Parts: sequence; structure tokens; C-alpha cells
Amino acid sequence: MSSTSHAFDISGSYELHNFETGPPETTEVTKEELVNIFETMYTMRRMEITCDNEYKARNIRGFCHLYDGQEAVACGIQAALAPEDSWVTSYRCHVLALMRGGSVSEVIGELFGKAGGVTKGKGGSMHMYNKEHNFFGGHGIVGAQVPVGTGLAFANKYKAKPGEPMNVAIACYGDGAANQGQIWESANMANLWDLPMIYCIENNHYGMGTSIDRHSSISDYYKMGNAIPGLRIDGMNVLSVIEGMKFAKEYVGAGNGPIYVEMMTYRYHGHSMSDPGTTYRNRDEIEFTRSNRDPVEHVKSCLQEADFMSAEEIKETEKRIRKEVQKEVMKAKEWATPEYKEVATDIYAKSLTPYDGTYPPFVRMPDFAKSFTFDV
Amino acid sequence: MNLFTAINNALFIALETDPSSIVFGQDVAFGGVFRCTQNLQEEFGPDRVFNTPLNESSIAGLAIGYASMSGGTAIGEMQFADYMFPAFDQIVNEMSKFRYRSGNQWNCGGVTLRSPCGAVGHGGHYHSQSPEAFLTHCPGIVVVMPRGPKAAKGLLLSSIRSKDPVIFLEPKALYRAAVEDVPVEDYEVELGKAEVMREGSDVTVLGWGGHLRVLEQACDLSKENDGISCELIDLQTLTPWDIECVTNSVNKTGKLIVSHEAPVTSGFGAEVVATVQAECFYSLESPIQRVCGLDTPFPLVFEKYYIPDKLKNYEAIKTVVESANNNN
Ligand SMILES: Cc1ncc(C[n+]2csc(CCOP(=O)(O)OP(=O)(O)O)c2C)c(N)n1
Ligand SMILES: [Mg+2]
Repeated sequence: MSSTSHAFDISGSYELHNFETGPPETTEVTKEELVNIFETMYTMRRMEITCDNEYKARNIRGFCHLYDGQEAVACGIQAALAPEDSWVTSYRCHVLALMRGGSVSEVIGELFGKAGGVTKGKGGSMHMYNKEHNFFGGHGIVGAQVPVGTGLAFANKYKAKPGEPMNVAIACYGDGAANQGQIWESANMANLWDLPMIYCIENNHYGMGTSIDRHSSISDYYKMGNAIPGLRIDGMNVLSVIEGMKFAKEYVGAGNGPIYVEMMTYRYHGHSMSDPGTTYRNRDEIEFTRSNRDPVEHVKSCLQEADFMSAEEIKETEKRIRKEVQKEVMKAKEWATPEYKEVATDIYAKSLTPYDGTYPPFVRMPDFAKSFTFDV
Repeated sequence: MNLFTAINNALFIALETDPSSIVFGQDVAFGGVFRCTQNLQEEFGPDRVFNTPLNESSIAGLAIGYASMSGGTAIGEMQFADYMFPAFDQIVNEMSKFRYRSGNQWNCGGVTLRSPCGAVGHGGHYHSQSPEAFLTHCPGIVVVMPRGPKAAKGLLLSSIRSKDPVIFLEPKALYRAAVEDVPVEDYEVELGKAEVMREGSDVTVLGWGGHLRVLEQACDLSKENDGISCELIDLQTLTPWDIECVTNSVNKTGKLIVSHEAPVTSGFGAEVVATVQAECFYSLESPIQRVCGLDTPFPLVFEKYYIPDKLKNYEAIKTVVESANNNN
């Protein structure tokens, strides 16, 4: 691969709180890196749109929160952090699972409730994890992942070798979550003990149907840590996210204590599949964002600006990725559903199967012919 | 009316008849996730019906503070029962004990916290739980779970007007599904009273909330297939519960099935069984059966195995009756 690179202007992407200097105003990106970013973000986009379609076809049921519009955030964080850094997030977790070791088929397979899914089909949309890739996953209770993330930061500090930069922890949460009481508690701890913790607020301007001016007395989320320094990042520009997150990682990893990061972003879909997303905001707002600030379109224009890819090549790539995503979905559809005995595994360290008397040995199914007896 | 319109109607009456009453919670100004509060803000204004930020513990705290000052009526909504846990400290340590620990100087009897609970078929870990047993373990609060629109309206109005703080759990699967004739006027259903839904002579079947629909079907099946006559009881209020109604019935039938959706271990069924064996020991003809959820986190893909469905109940009814017959 060629090592051609291009310098992009990212000035104006940041606002600082309690920092004298922030991330750089330009960034040098190689062709390989940028193409990779594009492919990743386009895959995310296609995956979420596919989820939408499969949901409407009733192949996916239940609660399902999509990430399209916010791709630059997850992609940029992944590019800036090291694989050893710990990551925890909310229920809006499909794309993060993809960043942290999952494949499209494993993510969508989880939504289908298949045994091959990232959580063996036992979690569904809001619950995806990957131990090998330090992904501590999706959490259904708004804000609950943030104290957990603080614990991860504590562990990282505890285990760090003296004098070396620490692995860091990042907790992503929404603008609605940002005022949950438990977040304030944990931020105080992190600051008191200089934990390598990144509090990352994905400000998509709405918590379900409530806009930030109606649910928060503070709209400058990056200042919310008070004494904790903060950084607001243009979350629709992946290059700004990468540089901003490198800056954040370096700052907290060096033992300076935590940072608040606010990503200015937008979700295209409604809050979840039961929300059309158009009753509390108007279509113009969505359309305006799509045509002026779309994070995927932005990467495409960067590719062209640097002469890394032509419009033609971009189209080809998109076509290929669409096919790949479709293939992954077909693959996941073929997988088996989890076995019934899985209902009793993973509750305690000692598995409750094979049958140990805790569960009724005979399971009567709605269709009697399918009833069965546990292997004792 | 269906369940959500019955709830809406009760809230409307409460706001109309009690000028101190306020209704609040996440997105309630827009009608709430399940439409239970729709049009209330339009009707009663944003001072009395309003949205809160995403803060369960402060929703509970706000209710307690408001109600304890000059006896205001605070009707808060927890968007899902699963989200009640962030507010648990306020509920268990503040709300339930305010009267007791202040020597009756203060109380927050004007609080009612409404919350949707139970399985819906695809809710997964955090949109399906039935937390009633966590709450019944806490003296000082009243826990209510209606089975359908008509009972819900009367029970909710009683809860709102009760002098004790009430947690009112609404079976979310029935919001749209259950349709009944509901009187439009203001009426109450007494708290602490069970209702015998069907009289019978062979076995007492006890449940609460939306789960009674399943139990009705199980009773039908037992009648059709085995000619068993079930006495079906809806507990309605879990604390304080109607011990007399249940023990009278068990003394008559000699047999009891208790069924609930929440996990079996330490479920409220255990409380019922312990009391019934003490009160009705000499009338019992066979061991009491509990037909409940499995002791697992609420499983997403395994919901239909987890649920104590009509066939599991049918089987239990049959077992209880047969075992009594064999011993006679
Ligand atoms: C404790 C708790 N309360 C309420 C909910 C219901 N709920 C799920 S997401 C959400 C809105 C969260 O908004 P935000 O934090 O901005 O995140 P976003 O969905 O925009 O990513 C609400 C109210 C929940 N899951 N947990
Ligand atoms: Mg948001």
C-alpha cells in the first residue's frame, strides 16, 4: 500500500474547559488509514440500515437502538485508543461491538437470537460484549455503565507499572444519561484518585423524545465535570474525533486524572424501533444534518479532497460492502437458536446444567409434542 | 376501555378532583411510552403534568418531598419497573419509613408511583421484570397490581387517595390487549382486598396482575379435560394482602396453587405458602404448588420457557388434585 498522506484542517473542531491547549488543528492521514476509516464507517451504516429492514420484516424483535448518524464517534474512539483500553457503553452498542472484535454476522445474529451471536443469543440488541477485546459492553439501565467504567479505570491504574502510561477506560453515555446521579458520584471518585477515565457524552441532542434544553440545566456537557477538564469535539468529523481522543487518552493515561469529553453528534433513527423519531423534532432538522454534516459523506469528501479515491472507486467500494453485509446477514440467518439448557447456564460460576435438581426436569412446551425431559 | 385508557381516565379524575395532585415522570407530558398520560398536560397544564429529566431516584425523592409537605398528592411514573432500582434507596429507606421514623410527624402517604411491569414477549433483561417481591419485603409501602382495566381504574384511584405510599405495578402486556367495560364515573376498589374471580370447590388458584389471564385459561383447561373445579383468586393488593380471603378458600378446597411471573425463589408466592400452611395446615389435602418464573435473569430468547404458562399451571392443578385423591 502506498504511504501517500494528506494533511487535513480540523481547526474549529474543539472547545476546551480547564485546558490551556487542546488537540492539534491539522492532522496527517495516510491513504490506507482513510480508506480503512471509510470502509469501517460505511459498514456500520449498512449494518444499522440492515437491522432496520430486518426489524421491519419482523426477523428482529424487541428493543433495538440504532447508531446511524453517530458512526464517526465509535470509529474515531477505536482508532485513537489501544486495544488494551477498556470500553463500556449504553444499550446503543451494535457498532461498538463491531469495533471491538465482532463481525456483522455476530452482531446481527445476536439480534436474531442465534447461538452464534456475540452473546450466544442470550442478550439481544442492548447486550453485546467481547472479553478478548476489552469491551465491557452494552448496558440497558441508563447511566449504570458509568460507575462500572470508573471501576475499570481504577483497575487500570491499580495494575499499571510505575512510570509507564496507564491503559485507560472510557464510558460512553448519552446527553439524557449525563444527569443520572450515579455519574456524579463516580466522577468525584475518579477525580479524587486521578483515575485514567474518559467520561464520553455522546450528545445527540435528545434523550428519547426530550431535547436537551428540556432535560438538562447545563447544555455545555464538556463543562459538566466542574473541576474536571473537558473537551467538546465535533463528533461528525471522524478526524477530529481521532485527534481529540488521542489527546484525551494521553492526558488521562499520564495520570492527570479524568476528562469529560462531549461528542456533538446526531442520531438519524428514532430512539428505538418503536419511535419514528419525527414527533419531537422536524424532518428539516434531520434532512439538514444529513445533507450538511453526515459523517460518512464527510469521509468521502476527504478521500476525494486528498485524491485517495475517485467518486467511481467510492461507489465500487460501497457496492462491495453492501454485498458483504448482506452475505453476513444470510450467514447469521442459517445459525441455530441456542439450546434450551442455555437458560440455566451463566447465572452462577458453577453452571446449573447438567440438571442438578434446581429446575423442573420435565419441560412442558406450548406444543405438547415438543415437550421434553432434561438429561439427568 | 383498555388498560392504558383506564389508567389515563383514573389520572384524569384524580387531577380533576384533587387540586393538589401532580403527575410527572419521563416523557409523561407527551403521553408517556405507553400513552397512559396522554392529553393530561393539555387539560391540566404544565404546572401539574410535567416531564422530569432521566432521574429515577429524584423522581421518587421529588414525590416524597412534595407529598410530605402539607399532604400533597404526588403521582410519579417510573417508565419501566426495571428502572425502579436506581430509585430503590429513596423508596426503601426514605419513602417507606418516613412516618415510622419521624414518630408520625411526617409522612408521604400522598405518593403513588406507577410503573409498567411484566413480560411482553420480547422485552429481554430490562423490560420484563416483575419486582413486586422486592417491594413487599419493605414495610410501610402498599404494593398493588391490577389484572385488567376495570380493576385498574378503581385500584389506582384508591392508591392515589390512600394515606400510605403506594407502588402501583401495571401489567404492560395488557395496555392495549385487555378491553373491558369500565364505568366512566369516579369509583374506588378497596386496597388490601382480594377478589374471588371464580368460585370453585376442588382447588384454589391464586395469582395477581396480568398473569391471571394465563390462570383463567389453565382453570378452563382443567374444567374441560378433567372436570376440576378451580376457585380463582386475584390478590390485587400484595401488601397488605387479604389473608382471610385466601385461607377461607383453601380451608374449603384443601388445595392451593400460587403462580407468578417473577422468579420462584423468594417470590411473593413463598410468603403466601408460608402463611397458608400455618393457617390451613389441617385442611390441606396435598402439598401446595408454586408455578413461577425460573430462577434466571429474565431471558430474552427463552421467554416462552421461562413463563409459568397455562400448561405448566394446568399440569400443577392436575397434580395437586390427583395427589389428594391418591391419599384419600
Ligand atoms: C434507569 C433508566 N431509566 C430510563 C430508561 C429508559 N430509557 C432508555 S434510553 C433513554 C434515553 C437516553 O437518552 P440519552 O442518554 O441521551 O442516550 P441516547 O438514547 O440518545 O443515545 C431512556 C429514558 C432506562 N433504560 N434506564
Ligand atoms: Mg441522547
